[in-house]
This record gives sequence, structure tokens and C-alpha cells, in this order.
Amino acid sequence: MIEILDVCKAYGTGNRVLRDINITIRDGEFVFIMGRSGSGKTTLLRLLIKEEEPSSGEIIVNGIELQRMRRRQIPRYRRNFGIVFQDFRLLMDRNVFENVAFAQRVVGASSRGIRESVPEMLKLVGLSSKYKSLPQHLSGGEQQRVAIARALVNKPEILLADEPTGNLDHQNAAGIMDLLWDINRMGTTVVVVTHSQEIVDQMGGRVITLDRGRMISDEIRDGYEDED
Amino acid sequence: MRISVIWYCFKQGLKNICRNIWFSLASVATVSACVFLFCLFFSIITNIQFMVKNMESTVGITVLFEENLSETDILALGAAIGGRNEVKDMIYISAEEAWDSFQKDYFAGREELAEGFAQDNPLAGSASYEIHLYDISAQDTLVAWMQGLEGVRQVNYSSTVVAGFAGFNRMMGLLSLVMTGVLLLVAMFLISNTISVAAAFRKQESQIMRLVGATNFMIRAPFVVEGVLIGMIGAGIPLAGIYVLYSRSVAYLMERFPILSGIFTFLPVEEIYPIMAAVAMCLGGGIGFFGSHFTIRKYMKV
Repeated sequence: MIEILDVCKAYGTGNRVLRDINITIRDGEFVFIMGRSGSGKTTLLRLLIKEEEPSSGEIIVNGIELQRMRRRQIPRYRRNFGIVFQDFRLLMDRNVFENVAFAQRVVGASSRGIRESVPEMLKLVGLSSKYKSLPQHLSGGEQQRVAIARALVNKPEILLADEPTGNLDHQNAAGIMDLLWDINRMGTTVVVVTHSQEIVDQMGGRVITLDRGRMISDEIRDGYEDED
Repeated sequence: MRISVIWYCFKQGLKNICRNIWFSLASVATVSACVFLFCLFFSIITNIQFMVKNMESTVGITVLFEENLSETDILALGAAIGGRNEVKDMIYISAEEAWDSFQKDYFAGREELAEGFAQDNPLAGSASYEIHLYDISAQDTLVAWMQGLEGVRQVNYSSTVVAGFAGFNRMMGLLSLVMTGVLLLVAMFLISNTISVAAAFRKQESQIMRLVGATNFMIRAPFVVEGVLIGMIGAGIPLAGIYVLYSRSVAYLMERFPILSGIFTFLPVEEIYPIMAAVAMCLGGGIGFFGSHFTIRKYMKV
């Protein structure tokens, strides 16, 4: 469970990016955090993975108070999260298999474990046949699928996706969102940050809206898919 | 720690070297120059120390006494000299022993020539002590003290050789320290630059590593491996060169200037090389380790 309690974040003197944010996300939820550019969505994600510290307030993830966490505990804490970015951030000199395996290698997983879990993840995202391909030979949607496989390969409890469809056309975007729903149905908490009203309207579910650093709504919406 | 993790770090370190091959080569060359100079000075200084040690056991001080001094007085003076801390050992050579030795050296094969002196020792009054020291650099102090003793007629010693060697050794030590130090700093700076370039090149990779929960050790290790490898390769090249150079130089000097072999004894390469190689590899590895470790700490923070 993620608890964000009265969190404020300011840079320098007075540039307040987040103001009095209170959010609770339960295990297994699918949540959209929506807002225009500069509304503080990405900052909120950075606070969750402890890339930044809140100026005030408290963040508790799975019972761990982040403010009390020691620096050396941060790497292990981050293994609770899988993170997906708008620009995929794949390693262009390595093939699909190696990109996914990378996340496991750098946390010291065994070679045997890597050989077992990487094909499993590639099967989940529908890229089993392309394991030898280099990222530049894949479409944008496929590259994002590789990024999702990499984010999930260490079996995190929470998947954070920062504008995962921002660089994709409508069809690929819908495919990625479907994949994220599937992942959520398997029990992973999914938090998707987006500025796309269209995606949110289409998918529905819990939508938290930020505007200029303030949380202006937290509601459950019906999506087009639900209507179908 | 898993072997796969060690292997991964090693492989990534090697990849870093290959990616920035020109920077890496420049760093290797600087480390090589630094280690080469170190080895050169190390060889010279170690050999001089070895020669000085040899001298301490071979080059002695001879003390001669006034002719009218009785043997009892000479022995008493000898006891006083022998009580000094600088003295390692001393041999008393009586006038008779001195004459016997002289006869053997100069009348060998023509002993009849010495018979004319049978009843009259021409070296009467030439009783002496031959003294060896623990540390030849203390020679001047002891000689000055002995020259001040009443009953001592003459003190024979080789002041120029000793003073020359001691001074030369000190100068070489200082020179080597300064030059190796300067090159060490240059090498560290270049390795640091190489690591900075590698860090910039792998910035995205390092960011991903941080986000998936890699430890600081795991993120930094490839860069430290890169630095240590550059240092070790940089040390290995001059070590191979110095082995050949040293063996050939000693052989050449002994062959070309045979007169030297009577004066100087060089340490055999088998004796000097293991210590020199160990120190040089530590020096190279150390430069690489510290150069990369501190650079990467600056660049990569959780």
C-alpha cells in the first residue's frame, strides 16, 4: 500500500511543485494520475522511488516510512517498483533479451534465474519471437513492451508508468494500456501518469487529477471499454 | 557475491576500456611512464644500497698506533673502540702478523729476500685494528672520534667512495620521489578523465541501474574495474621492458667494463624483480583504483 500524507515539494525558494497531496493507493489497484504538463505528476513518482525528498509530509510504502530510510537501504527499496518511461530508455547496443536480462543482472540474479524469467516476461508482453532483435529494429509499441518486460522481470509489487503511451500512435497506445490492465489483473499495483484525457476516458477506473501541484479530484470513472 | 556478478563487472569494465580506446591508451601510457620511472629508480637505489651493504662488510677502517705504544695500551684502546655502537666487528693485527702477511704478498716465490729481515721486523710498531661498521654512513663520526684518541697515529679509510655513494643514493631517492609523484598525479588525472568519459557514455545505463534497484557497488564496480585494469596493464608493460633492459644492461656493463666487476656487484634480476614487480603492480593498480573510485563517487550518487 502507498500512503502519501500532506506531501509538499518545493524547489529553491518558493517554487512549489506539489502542495498538500494526500493519496492512498491500495495493493492491486490501477490508478491514473492525470494532469497537464507541470502539474507535478512526475515529481510525485520521483518522490515515490526516493529520487527526491518531499519538503514536508510523509510517504509510507508497504509500511516503510521513506523519510526514515537510510541511503544504503534505497536500492533494495526500489526493487519494489518497476518503472516505465515515455522514451522507453532501452539500451540500444543490446538485444531484447539482454535489455530485459539487464534489470536482473544488475541486482545480482543468477544466470539460471535469468534464463528462466526473461523468456517468461517476453511471452507475457508478446515478444517471444523477437528476443534477438535490437531495439532500433522494433516499432515504438514493441520497444515499450520491452521496457515493460524489463520493469516486471524482477517481480515488483508496484508498476509505475510515466506517460507510457506518450510516444505511441493510438493503436499501439491501446495495446500498451491493455497490457498494463492484464498486468494489474495478475495482482501488480499499477500507477499510470498521463496527460492524455483520451486514454483516461477510454480506460476509466480510478483517476487522480493534479493541477499546478494540487490534487483537484480523486474519482472512479467509467471507461468506453466498460460501456462495451 | 556471485561469480556471475564479478564476471559481469569485469566484462563491463573491459567494454568501457574498448569504448574509449584512445582515452584508455593515453591513461595506460601515462601509468606506464610512471611505473617505468619508478622501476628505473628502484633498480638504481636498490643496487646502490646493495653495494653500500657490501662495502660495509668489505671496506674497513684501519687504525694505526704510535710506535712507542705498548701492546697493552693498544689493546686498551682497541677495547674502547670496540665498545662503540657503530662497530660491527674488528680484527687486531699485531706487528708480527702484519709482517707475515706482507711477506706472503710481496716475497711470494722469493722468500730468501725476506730472510735479511729475520731478526728485525721492519713493520715493528705497525700493529693495527681493522674495523667494519654496521652502517657505513656512520664512518665519518667514528673516524673523527678515533683521530682524537691519544696514541692513535693514523686512521685509514675511504672517505670519497662512501660519501659519494651515500650522497648519490639520497639524491636519487629524492629525485625518484619527485618524478614518480608528478607522474603519479598526471596518471591519476588522466584515469579520472577516462572514467568521466565512460561515466558520461553510460549515463543512461547507470540511471536504469539505479531505478531497478542496483546497489552503488554494482553501479560503480565496472568503472573501478576499468581503472584498475588500465593501471595494471600500464604497470605490466614497463615491467616486461624493465626485465629485459635490466638483465641486458648488467650483462653489458660487466662485459664492456670488466674493471667494474671488481668494484661493483649488481643484484641479479631474479632477486630484484619479484619485489619490484609486486610494488609496481600495486602502484599501477592503486593509481587505477583511487583515480576511478573517487571520480565515480563524484558522478554517481543514489
